[in-house]
Amino acid sequence: MAPNAIQVNGVRKSFKATQVLKGIDFEVRRGEIFALLGSNGAGKTTTINILSTLLKPDGGNASVCGYDVTRQPEKVRESISLTGQFAAVDGILTGRENLMLIANLRGVPNARKTADTLLSRFGLRDAANRRAASYSGGMTRRLDIAMSLVGTPSVIFLDEPTTGLDPEGRLEVWKTVKALADGGTTILLTTQYLDEAEQLADRIAILHGGKIIASGTLDELKKLFPPAKVEYIEKQPSLEDIFLAIVGQKEAK
Amino acid sequence: MKVLHDTVVLLGRSMRHILRSPDTIITVLITPIMIMLLFVYVLGGAIQTGDRNYVNYLLPGILLIAIASGIAYTALRLFNDVQQGLFSRFHSMPVSRSSVLWAHVLTSLVSNAISVVVIILIALIMGFRSSASVVEWLEVAGILVLFTLALTWLAVIAGLKAKSVEGASAFSYPLIFLPFISSAFVPTAKMPTVVRVFAENQPVTAIVNTVRSLLNSQPVGNQIWVALAWCVGITVVAFFFSMLAYRRIP
Ligand SMILES: Nc1ncnc2c1ncn2[C@@H]1O[C@H](COP(=O)(O)OP(=O)(O)O)[C@@H](O)[C@H]1O
Ligand SMILES: [Mg+2]
Repeated sequence: MAPNAIQVNGVRKSFKATQVLKGIDFEVRRGEIFALLGSNGAGKTTTINILSTLLKPDGGNASVCGYDVTRQPEKVRESISLTGQFAAVDGILTGRENLMLIANLRGVPNARKTADTLLSRFGLRDAANRRAASYSGGMTRRLDIAMSLVGTPSVIFLDEPTTGLDPEGRLEVWKTVKALADGGTTILLTTQYLDEAEQLADRIAILHGGKIIASGTLDELKKLFPPAKVEYIEKQPSLEDIFLAIVGQKEAK
Repeated sequence: MKVLHDTVVLLGRSMRHILRSPDTIITVLITPIMIMLLFVYVLGGAIQTGDRNYVNYLLPGILLIAIASGIAYTALRLFNDVQQGLFSRFHSMPVSRSSVLWAHVLTSLVSNAISVVVIILIALIMGFRSSASVVEWLEVAGILVLFTLALTWLAVIAGLKAKSVEGASAFSYPLIFLPFISSAFVPTAKMPTVVRVFAENQPVTAIVNTVRSLLNSQPVGNQIWVALAWCVGITVVAFFFSMLAYRRIP
């Protein structure tokens, strides 16, 4: 078994003239929640798409569960599941049918039972027979995540899972993510929200200007924060301070 | 095996889409049926085709119009799946990529077959009669399937490349119009030279003539080969460009 659930070495990707990823490195350990933090356009979705075999990198290596994403994409797809930046549910099908569709495609033995278990777990039992198009934003996202759990993949990618949700929906998703990680699933999530990374992640990588400019646990990142700041009130730097400080340093160079 | 299983599962899904929005079937059917009523009951009396039964003369062209409007929805369904991220979802799963596309192609064949059957039933009520044998009917079915397949692969290109909903379906308008400049409604003989040259050398005329001959148990001559060549030719070229377009879909 590979030591890390995800291993990324020197991955590069350009779209025509724009170089989006200029050689990024990070690894995600089994069972941890890893947050890829970056502002809009930083290349988070591009990274996720490469790891979930949707895009081919221009250079570098990436592997998921020990399988190379370019050479063994089928193996990778069997181990992962992707919840994209925008919920991908079939609006014409009901919630239950959406889940059963994925279960059938993944060859899960009892599709109906799997669907019903997930519907209950995500508080969608009452809406099970309604078309997904009639769901609220939060419900759609929950169904979307539930669909990603069909067949219990060992690595889950969540691309900005809470963007566009109200605070309540956001808390729901956080709870779900934590519960998943407690069950042993490895989670790579992307976010623009520093507090989200702070709340959820075991380790964090900051993607900026096509590079991972910092990574580690929250405590490790806090150590990168420039010291000697005289204040009257003792204050722990928030991730936001660290982020802005690092980004500022890089840009000053 | 897995490819077949996935294709069947995904075909079931898009057939459900069609059954749940019967308005799409009605929209597809309404125009060709209106045209058929208009030509048979209003204009038909003034048209000399050499065929005593004008419905018999008209039906093949009407079927092609129905198919040309039907495939606009094929493009639309593909466009929506790409836009809503469902293609990406399937592509990141252990599902064969070709299943995802072929499910749409098969859905197009099935839904167009339904339209064709409904229109033939209505034509029967309006007085359509055929002396075709079972074999001739099978040949008609075969040609219509090939025509649908050719237009479906065009629709795949449109659905995958479109930037907007309108764009996804607009490509079908000229196709719907083609039968009007063919032998579908009137014989080409009396058309002005330029129009006649176009009409006699575009795919619809050969296909219409072939289907009409088969339905009337008349010899098809070399028209059937011209019709087949068009269908296969369009299919091959459109398939090639569809594959290019599909490769760019994440
Ligand atoms: N298919 C594409 N073609 C061209 N440019 C793209 C494509 N996908 C993303 N980009 C560009 O790459 C950059 C990173 O995009 P993305 O990975 O979506 O960022 P993020 O998810 O962090 O917001 C953006 O500038 C975006 O415009
Ligand atoms: Mg993104």
